[in-house]
Amino acid sequence: MTTPLLELENLHTFFYTDAGVARAVDGVSFAVGVGETVGVVGESGCGKSVTALSILRLVRPPGRIEPGSVMRFEGKDLMALDEREMQHVRGNRIAMVFQEPMTALNPVFTIGDQIGEVARVHAGMNKRDALAKAVEMLKLVGIPAPEQRAGEYPHQLSGGMRQRVVIAMALVMNPALVIADEPTTALDVTIQAQILELLADLTRRLGTSVLLITHDLGVVAENCTRVIVMYAGEVVEEASTSDLFARAHHPYTEGLLGAMPRVGGEKDRLATIPGTVPPPTNWPKGCRFRDRCPYAWERCETEHPPLYQIGGGHTSRCHLAEEPERRQHPHPPLAAQRGATAA
Amino acid sequence: MTPSAPLVGPRRTLARLLRDSRTRIAIVVLLVVALSAVFAPLLAPYDPSAQLDIVRLPSQPPSFAHPLGTDPYSRDVLSRLLYGGRISLAVGLGAVLLAMSFGIAVGAVAGFVGGAVDAVLMRFVDAALSIPRLLVLILVTSLWGSLGLVPLTLLMAGTGWFAVSRLVRAETLALREREFIVAARALGASPLRMLVRHVLPNVAAPALVAATLGIANVILLEAGLSYLGIGVRPPTASWGAIIQDGAERVSDLWWLTLFPGLAILVTVFACNALGDALRDALDPRQLPRGTDPTFAAEA
Repeated sequence: MTTPLLELENLHTFFYTDAGVARAVDGVSFAVGVGETVGVVGESGCGKSVTALSILRLVRPPGRIEPGSVMRFEGKDLMALDEREMQHVRGNRIAMVFQEPMTALNPVFTIGDQIGEVARVHAGMNKRDALAKAVEMLKLVGIPAPEQRAGEYPHQLSGGMRQRVVIAMALVMNPALVIADEPTTALDVTIQAQILELLADLTRRLGTSVLLITHDLGVVAENCTRVIVMYAGEVVEEASTSDLFARAHHPYTEGLLGAMPRVGGEKDRLATIPGTVPPPTNWPKGCRFRDRCPYAWERCETEHPPLYQIGGGHTSRCHLAEEPERRQHPHPPLAAQRGATAA
Repeated sequence: MTPSAPLVGPRRTLARLLRDSRTRIAIVVLLVVALSAVFAPLLAPYDPSAQLDIVRLPSQPPSFAHPLGTDPYSRDVLSRLLYGGRISLAVGLGAVLLAMSFGIAVGAVAGFVGGAVDAVLMRFVDAALSIPRLLVLILVTSLWGSLGLVPLTLLMAGTGWFAVSRLVRAETLALREREFIVAARALGASPLRMLVRHVLPNVAAPALVAATLGIANVILLEAGLSYLGIGVRPPTASWGAIIQDGAERVSDLWWLTLFPGLAILVTVFACNALGDALRDALDPRQLPRGTDPTFAAEA
């Protein structure tokens, strides 16, 4: 990895709800290097979006970033910044691309106005310069007839166009880091590839780092240099993309890869991972994946696995790192057995 | 998409408003009422408070000299009606403007800040809303006697902002959770900027509609108060006051009830019609008439 731009250490973000304390992000550490595109993968509720919001300190009550969490960005401690300084970071040094391009845009303002607003907030531009900047950004993200489009409202644009606008907004100030939270989930498959290509192309040209949050391993394979797999509020595996696809270590990652449709693969049913994520108010004591794991044994019941180093910057939160021979003897996971008796 | 630049903002709203003939009529009616109030000194044939000839001219039915008749004090009803419009409109506009500004400010702050601030403000509004407005007005005016124009306007505004603040708070609460507000925050907007630039414009449309309807309401209230004899101080003319002057002999002096009554009816009706039309015209997602929704609506 190159020089780290963003480093998270032991990030804990808890939600204090009536049902108890939901430990949505429970000790997450990773780093993003300058110019690097890092993927964060995991299913809904694994804490990946909350991690993204935490980096920008946008978590709202009842959520709270716990003391002791460390977030360093460009050498600054993000946790130590006051709200004003944080506003200067948001949109300026770290920008975010949201999932739903329809709702991420304000319906009562023209898109030129909204893109320009970022320049007005951070660069103090006047209205005319901001509009010119907006048109320039629209051109950059490949929107035809940008001068005319700048005067249109979000509802006059297609979903793909809107997501281009959202990307344009994120890149106005040429931020060092763009956090893209499922940027293509709401789009048609044909448009998804275009948008990802655009994002990759622009960030490569501008030297922007990207934290790409997704549940789609295919997206990761094509865009990311490194992958972080999250499960139940924790990082369970981290590796370079090629390493992860060639030598997935954690059974959860294995399951995710198995659940990926492949061109030319056997025409079996798509594999699924049995069971569901445990509730974040009550993570199990040992390994949080054990009920769904085909290798789980007694040790997984009692001992919470640390992130084991398994060589070449590849880490995995699984006891198999110490007892690899157990991989030879898979068994139906507990969740599947329960499902079978229930049915 | 047509290459011509689409109409945006206020110009588009106006264009949409004028497309509907009923709305056009409402606007023309309001313009006529407003202009006749503004130019009352030029249009009125007599001084509205002058008792012309208390012996020969009291309670005369409409005639050439007095197209709308005279009242029991021998005052010219047409002149009083024109001047009365000034009072009704001034109180209506002034009170609603004040009530809106205050109600929007309170509602937006309550909804946006939330927590204890919200709880305190809204409990106060709940309490205020549980007291009938007319009773408060009657109480105050009976303590002070009849009121001048400015105190009356302030009183109407002071008792008229509660419902607006609740409406705006509800809209703000809903908006606060919308992703574009989070997006604005993620792009570095300060709380004040989010409130002023992202919340308020989205609240403006329902507030404007409420304001238009509010004007109608205040005009009715003022007429009611004047009818009860506790509105503006006599001999100042207002529509309600004219009706009051003929109230005891409605069947004889029908012109004292009919003409100001019609003025109130037409004005209030036009305000309400405009309010409804505004509601439609201000929705940015609403399609121009004649557009095929299957092709235009996408999300």
